[in-house]
Amino acid sequence: MKFTLSWLKDHLDTNASVEEITETLTDLGLEVEEVVNPADKLKTFTLAKIEEAEQHPDADRLRVCKVSTDEGEKQIVCGAPNARAGITVVLAKPGDYVPGLDFTLSVGKIRGVESHGMMASWKELELGEDHDGIIELPSGAVGDKLVDWLAENDPAKVDPMIEIAITPNRPDALGVYGIARDLAARGLGTLKTTDYKPVEGQFASPIKVTIDEDTLDGCPLFTGRVIRGVKNGPSPKWLQDRLTAIGLRPISALVDITNFFTFDQNRPLHVFDVAKVAGDLRVHRAAGGETLQGLDEKEYTFSAGQIVISDDNGVESIAGIMGGEETGCTDETVDVFLESAFWDHVQIATTGRALKVNTDARYRFERGVDPEYTYEGLERATQMILDLCGGEASEVVAAGDVPSHARAYKLNPERVQSLVGMEIPESEQRQTLTRLGFRLEGNLAHVPSWRPDVQGEADLVEEVARIASLTKLQGKPLPRLTDGIPAAVMSPMQRRLQMARRTTAALGYNEVISYTFIDQKAAALFGGGDDATMLANPISSEMSHLRPDLLPGLLQAAARNQARGQSDLALFEVGPAFTGGEPGEERIQISGLLVNRNGPKDVHGASRAMDVYDAKSDVEAVLAAIGAPAKVQILREGDAWWHPGRHGRICLGPKKTLGVFGELHPKVLSELGIKGTAVAFTIYPEEIPLPRKSGASRGALAISDLQAVERDFAFVVDAGVEALTLVNAAAGADKALIEDVRVFDEFIGGSLGEDKKSLAITVRLQPKDKTLTEKDIEAVSDKIVAKVTKATGGELRG
Amino acid sequence: MDDLKAKYLAQIADAQDENALEAVRLAAVGKKGEVALKMRELGKMTPEERQVAGPALNALKDEINTALVAKKAALADAALDERLRSEWLDVTLPTRPRRAGTLHPIAQASEELTAIFAQLGFSVQEGPRVDTDWYNFDALNIPGHHPARAEMDTFYMHRATGDDRPPHVLRTHTSPVQIRSMEKLGAPLRIICPGGVYRADYDQTHTPMFHQVEGLALDKDISMANLKWVLEEFVKSFFEVDNVELRFRASHFPFTEPSAEVDIRCSWKDGTLKIGEGDDWMEILGSGMVHPKVIAAGGIDPEVYQGFAFGIGIDRLAMLKYGIPDLRAFFESDLRWLRHYGFQCLDVPTLHGGLSR
Repeated sequence: MKFTLSWLKDHLDTNASVEEITETLTDLGLEVEEVVNPADKLKTFTLAKIEEAEQHPDADRLRVCKVSTDEGEKQIVCGAPNARAGITVVLAKPGDYVPGLDFTLSVGKIRGVESHGMMASWKELELGEDHDGIIELPSGAVGDKLVDWLAENDPAKVDPMIEIAITPNRPDALGVYGIARDLAARGLGTLKTTDYKPVEGQFASPIKVTIDEDTLDGCPLFTGRVIRGVKNGPSPKWLQDRLTAIGLRPISALVDITNFFTFDQNRPLHVFDVAKVAGDLRVHRAAGGETLQGLDEKEYTFSAGQIVISDDNGVESIAGIMGGEETGCTDETVDVFLESAFWDHVQIATTGRALKVNTDARYRFERGVDPEYTYEGLERATQMILDLCGGEASEVVAAGDVPSHARAYKLNPERVQSLVGMEIPESEQRQTLTRLGFRLEGNLAHVPSWRPDVQGEADLVEEVARIASLTKLQGKPLPRLTDGIPAAVMSPMQRRLQMARRTTAALGYNEVISYTFIDQKAAALFGGGDDATMLANPISSEMSHLRPDLLPGLLQAAARNQARGQSDLALFEVGPAFTGGEPGEERIQISGLLVNRNGPKDVHGASRAMDVYDAKSDVEAVLAAIGAPAKVQILREGDAWWHPGRHGRICLGPKKTLGVFGELHPKVLSELGIKGTAVAFTIYPEEIPLPRKSGASRGALAISDLQAVERDFAFVVDAGVEALTLVNAAAGADKALIEDVRVFDEFIGGSLGEDKKSLAITVRLQPKDKTLTEKDIEAVSDKIVAKVTKATGGELRG
Repeated sequence: MDDLKAKYLAQIADAQDENALEAVRLAAVGKKGEVALKMRELGKMTPEERQVAGPALNALKDEINTALVAKKAALADAALDERLRSEWLDVTLPTRPRRAGTLHPIAQASEELTAIFAQLGFSVQEGPRVDTDWYNFDALNIPGHHPARAEMDTFYMHRATGDDRPPHVLRTHTSPVQIRSMEKLGAPLRIICPGGVYRADYDQTHTPMFHQVEGLALDKDISMANLKWVLEEFVKSFFEVDNVELRFRASHFPFTEPSAEVDIRCSWKDGTLKIGEGDDWMEILGSGMVHPKVIAAGGIDPEVYQGFAFGIGIDRLAMLKYGIPDLRAFFESDLRWLRHYGFQCLDVPTLHGGLSR
């Protein structure tokens, strides 16, 4: 919402400065977004007078002028055709910034003659389009400041423009009058009110109006009248200045008047050219399929139920939003029908959104226009048309009634204290509400018709506190819920994710946070990309689907880094992945990605390609850190984006997957543009059972003083036999005695044959009650060999 | 005998290595060495002669043995010195590579504010990223026609044909978690809800996803003055400054009434922000007293309970605190950015140890 200082002063009697006004507006909740004070860029310019103007010796079109200035006589070369002795001009001196030319003047030499400044045109000062010559002022003395001269003679040119942001609850501030009312309520001036007299109709309106019965809820009131014999044309300068200052283009007196009321009083109006209207006007719901060429020259097609205004020729207006091109007013218009109607805000919002049409009228009606002002707006606008365009007005025609808006809420003066925490005397509270237009009847505050947002007692508190200024609010300690030391507040899952995040970082991964939506192709590679997870209105095709997994985002991040010359990466993310498009169809993942090598090549030869065992080692470390059970199975048959032979699912039973690690499928890598190889892991922390909390106690430590014994075994098994099978078999040979089984060597092929391998293990025996004899050890060894042989089909290597 | 002594001590001193020293030992005090031979001659001596020669020979033997041991140790030391000299390494060579991981600033800032609000008894609640339009809008007093809906640049989920429910949304704020938490936990209530939120906007200062923390406190007598105190305490603690000045400005949010935007006093000098001093005001959050309709939507009686709510951008807080210039870079995963602005794994923010280093 834009307005100028002088416009505001039409409604507010105040001596407050622009700074005071803007600070107050912001404090009142009418946040100032911009202040443009044209005087700021004109401060340096002064008035001067050309004393002599002679032909430039070397240029036909230039004159060398002797100019009287506040700094004495100066020589200035000028090319303007009107530069001549005796005229009063506007002088820009060396060092001055000329806004319309966007440069700072300096002393120049033009065709060999020195020039100490320039005489400006209106355009060069950004004060108009006129560039035919330099400014000739009809008055003013040499040395006067231009801004002072303008303030005296053409105040619109130095009228500060203020733009404020209007929150949706304050339609009343969409008119300058409403803004003035707020400032007056704060005490920054006095609201000016003017009386009006209804214009007496001279004849019956030849155009009648009706509202269909089923349309009254969307248009409770429609009023209008014909004004005949008007002379349309450019509006007067004061009106054009107003509109230009707030960024509107003056069109014609009739149209400018309707725009003026829109911004001055938050009262959108419309004018039809009577000559182009056939018959009467009817407000009704569209049957569907009707079309209208709008004033914006676009064609609109209506759906059934949308409200329109029609004459005998069909639809002529998108009711309350935009008039039609066909019946619009032009300079030739002689008879005009002026419309002032009240439209339901939901109706306007729905239609406006459906038709994708934004106008000042829609913006206002969908936020709320004062229903009581419908007639007053019609009368005041009629008067202005008569004043500016002449003609005579008909009687008013109307259909429907001013909708009921009467409501009142109890003013509880203590509520301001209990809800806001400010002490404001009751008398001040009542005064504030009265100044805002509330009518107090005992403790009952009747809401003014222009405040649709006030819907309860809390709104009264808000008004009182807002006008009193929240700046004055003093903080007051919030009492603790309980005395003493606060209890922990994080859930076990929140703690788990924190541990996961910090452990993964400790393992050397860099955390990223990537967009939770990705492109369809990448989503499809990871089991997603279906319609259920599709956004209806993505901002780009790169962000069209909810991610089914964190890995595609990590891989895309890796690819971007590779493109920047980082070929080796360790990235991780903790966040939601989506299984569907319903609330709750998301689960938290922790994913880590290792691309290519563990580091750049180095003097120690430690740099190496990262493999599946790196991913496995890291996933095990993170799982351990977040309290996953140590005893797990490792199963295969994971998702298709893993290398089929080089991944494992870490499971509790066949159905509960705690995490996955492995090498990524080379096709997936090439689709996502990764150069090299990549291994990764994903953890599903919600799958990990929460510990049964039984206090922080660890239980007693049982250690034996007896010497532990280690024995090594090597078995020859089929190449497909998994090490874990062998280890579990060995460990099962004597659960009491065997403390640990470790694989320390794997040898494939060679003399064993293509499909065989040797696995070597170390078994650690920890006696609990007596030292082991050779015989004891031999007995256990035999059992181990028997168990392993049975479980794997292999044999002890000779 | 003095000759003998002088001869062998000289040989010991001259021995260049262990072999030479052993040869001297054998020649001097070995079984067939010169001293041993002399010892044998003692038997042929008179007792008087023996009284003199015996101790002298023993003394000679001891002296030679002592010299041998000393020399042996000296030779070993010299050999070790020589070996160590040869084991010189260029210790300026770089080490084996070790990656240094980092945490994202949003994760760090989230932990910081959790630590602060925990101190005031606020627990951490979470909700879904995809939510119904009821939780995201209606329950928060934003009905279907409300202009705020259009202004929020909402992302909607696709609706299959035949499914006539209103489309779900990617939550535009963390406020729906207020409603879910009221439903789940009732009142009195003190919660914060950090998490990702979405708006269909992408430019210099907006990303389609960003992070908010919602705060909600409900009780029988909580006022806006309490809100101001909580925010002052929070800002002071988060930015680790002794003093802050907040300015409450009247505003409007459909879910609070009265509503206030909150500015913080700050200064901008040479591109550096300082909180708590200067003449500038910077908007940092929106807040207010929870609208009675919102409390009712959460299943709590607004006649009994009242309270405040606020919403702060976590990314914005991190940018201000850590001097990160560009929001968009938060989500671009540039390794150079992650390393520069990221946090070490053991930089766990605590109130007793300090939030940042």
